[in-house]
Amino acid sequence: MEIKSIRDLAELQTKTGLKFVSGHRMCAGCGIATILRTVLSASTKPVVVVNATGCLEVVSTIYPYTAWNTPWLHVTFVNAASSASGVETAYRALKKKGLIKEEVNIVAIGGDGGTYDIGIQALSGALERWHNFLYICYNNEGYMNTGHQRSGATPFGASTTTQPAGKVSIGKIQWRKDLVKIVQGHNIPYVAQSNVYNTIDMFKKASKAFEIEGPKFLNILMPCTTNWGFPESMTMKISRLATETNYWPLFEIENGILTVNYKPKERKPIEEFLKLQGRFKHLFTQENRHVIEEMQKRIDEDFENLLKLEKVTHEEGVRI
Amino acid sequence: MGVTVKSKKIPLTGAEAVAEAMRQIKPDVVAAYPITPQTPIVEIFSKFAADGIVDTEVVTPESEHSAISIVTAASAAGARAMSASASQGLALMVEVLPATSGLRLPVVMAIANRALSAPINIHCDHSDMMAVRDLGWIQIFSENAQEAYENMFLAVKLSEHPDVLLPVMVGLDGFIISHGVEVVEIYDDEIMHSFVGDRKPHLSLFDFENPITIGPLELPDFYFETKRQEQEAMKNALKIYIEIGKELSKITGKEYKYFESYKLEDAEVAIIVMGSTAGTAKDAVDELRNEGKKVGLLKPKLFRPFPYDEIRDALKHLKGIGVLDRAYSFGAYAPLYSDIRNALYDLEKRIPVQSYIYGLGGRDIFKYQIKSVFNELLDGKFSKEEKCIGLRE
Repeated sequence: MEIKSIRDLAELQTKTGLKFVSGHRMCAGCGIATILRTVLSASTKPVVVVNATGCLEVVSTIYPYTAWNTPWLHVTFVNAASSASGVETAYRALKKKGLIKEEVNIVAIGGDGGTYDIGIQALSGALERWHNFLYICYNNEGYMNTGHQRSGATPFGASTTTQPAGKVSIGKIQWRKDLVKIVQGHNIPYVAQSNVYNTIDMFKKASKAFEIEGPKFLNILMPCTTNWGFPESMTMKISRLATETNYWPLFEIENGILTVNYKPKERKPIEEFLKLQGRFKHLFTQENRHVIEEMQKRIDEDFENLLKLEKVTHEEGVRI
Repeated sequence: MGVTVKSKKIPLTGAEAVAEAMRQIKPDVVAAYPITPQTPIVEIFSKFAADGIVDTEVVTPESEHSAISIVTAASAAGARAMSASASQGLALMVEVLPATSGLRLPVVMAIANRALSAPINIHCDHSDMMAVRDLGWIQIFSENAQEAYENMFLAVKLSEHPDVLLPVMVGLDGFIISHGVEVVEIYDDEIMHSFVGDRKPHLSLFDFENPITIGPLELPDFYFETKRQEQEAMKNALKIYIEIGKELSKITGKEYKYFESYKLEDAEVAIIVMGSTAGTAKDAVDELRNEGKKVGLLKPKLFRPFPYDEIRDALKHLKGIGVLDRAYSFGAYAPLYSDIRNALYDLEKRIPVQSYIYGLGGRDIFKYQIKSVFNELLDGKFSKEEKCIGLRE
C-alpha cells in the first residue's frame, strides 16, 4: 500500500506488527522509537537489527526485558557496522548452504557518537566492502547516553559538558563533521538525510533503501529533550524547525544524483531553532551575537551549495 | 595407540599447517586482516577461497577490531567463524574479546605469538596472549606446527560444545612455528571434517519466529550471575577438552592431555615451559639424562582454563622446579610462574620454584642455557628474584 499519511503508516504497522514494542525506557519525548517503528515497518522482509552501544541499546534491552520483537544483536560501541558485516556475511554463507531460505534485511543502528566518531572506521570499512545492509544514524548531536558530551556531530556554538560555554568559551568552536559527504565518498548507492518530525520522509527513504542491493545510509536528526534542554512536548516542533531553518535539510543521494526533498518557501532564521534550546542559551548575549550570525551565514551557504549540487547532478549528468 | 586413518607427511610452515586445518574444518566465515607474523595464515586461506577449494565467505576488514567484530557477529548469526591474529592486532581486538566470551559465542583464532609494542618488535614472545588471558577465551599453546594443526580441531569442537560455548585461541610461536618448516602429518580431509562436523548453533539471529535479543544491558541485578555462568563454562571446558582429546586420539593415535610430561615421573627437578621452547628443552633433558641427571619437563598446553589439580599432582614429587615465562606480568610474578606457584600451594611440602624470564622479543634460547637452568635447579640455587635467561646485563 502507498503510504501518504501517518494514518496510512499506522494502518500498515497494525497490519504487519511492530518490530519494536512498548516497555522500553526511553526519556519522555525521545524520538528513537518513532524512527525505529517507521524505518523497520518500511521493510517488506524480516529484519535483523545490529545496534551500537548508546541510548537505544541501554533503554531497550535491560535484561531480562527486551523491546525488540525482531532478532537483535549488540556487541560493543565501535562496531555496529562491522557486526552488521559479520551478520550479513553469515547470512550469505548460510544461505549458500541452504540453511536459510528467507530473504532478509539487515539494519545497523547507532547514535552519532557511535557513527560519526568511534564507529566511523568500522562504518567506512563496511561501506567499502559493500555489505548489503542499511545503516541508520539517529543523530542527537552528542553523547547523550553519558550526559551530553560533545561529538563530531555536535553543532558549532552548542554548549556541552566536555566543551561547555563559559566566560571565555562559546561552547563548541568547530563546525560539525559532514558525515553524509564522507559516506557518499564511498560511492554507495543510497545516502539520505531525514528528520524525525517527517515520518513520511523517513518511511519513503527507508523503503527505497531496502529495495537497493548494497550499503545504504540514513542520517536522521533526533532532538534530545534532556540534553538539548527543551520540554518533552516540543521534540517534533524543534525537529521541524531544524529543517525549516535549513539547519538540517532533507535530501537524498541516489547513485550520485542529489535531490533536495524539502525547500522552504522562505527559510526561517536560525534563531527560531536556537532560542528554544538550553544548549544555545549562551548565544543570546551581546558578546556572542556574532556566533549566531556566523551560523546563519554558513547554513545559507551550505543550503545554496546543496541546491547547486541538485541542479548539476540532475541537469548536467554530474555525479557526486 | 596406533594411527587408524590415512595421512600424509609433508613439509609445511606452521602457518600453512594452520591454514590446512582451517581448510579441513570448512568455516562459514573467515575474517582476514594482516598482522605479522600471522599474515600467511589468512593469505593461504584466502587463496584456498580464491581457488574454490573452500566455499568460505572470506571478509577482508579494515582492522583487527572489525575482524573480531565480524567473526563474533557471524557466530551469533549461527555461522562457524574463524580468524587469526597476533600482538598489536590482538591488542586492538581487546575491546571485543570479552564480548565474544560474554555472549558465549564459539569463535576460533590462531595467534602467532609475538611481542607487544613498545619498542616495536615483530618476533616471538607470549606477551600478546598473556595480555588477554583473563577475558574468557580458552587458550591453548602449541609446541610445533603439528600441534598447532591438531589444536585447531580440538579448539573448534571445544568452542562449539554445548556445555562450553566459549571462544578459543590457539597459540603458535611467531616465526619460530609460523614460518619454520617442519614435516607435518596431515590427516584425511573427510575424516578431519567429520571430526568437527558442521556447526549446530544453539541460537540464531535468523530465527524470526523466536526473535532473540543478543547482548543486552545487564545491571547489577543480573551481570554477576552471567559472569558466574561463564566461569562454570570454563570449568566445563576442562572436562570437555579431555573428552574431545580422546576422540581426536582415535584419528591421530596421539594423546591430548592438559600438558605433556617428559621424563617427569622419576625426575628430581623439572622445567615448565610452553610453546616451541619445550622442544629445545626436551633435547636438553635427553642430554642431561645421558649424564645421569634426573631431570624432566612439563609443557602446559591448555593454559586457560588452567588445570591446577592435575599439574600439582604431576609436580608433587619434585625437589625443585624452574618455570620459564616468555612474558612479564609487570610488577607481579610472571604469568605461568604465578599459576604454578598457585597450583603447588596445596601441597604439604613446599617445593622451591624459580622464575625465569626468557626469549622476549624473539631473543634466542639455546640448549646450553636450558641445561644450565637444570644444573642450577639440581644445585639448589633458588632465589625469590626473577632470573633472566640470555639477557645482557
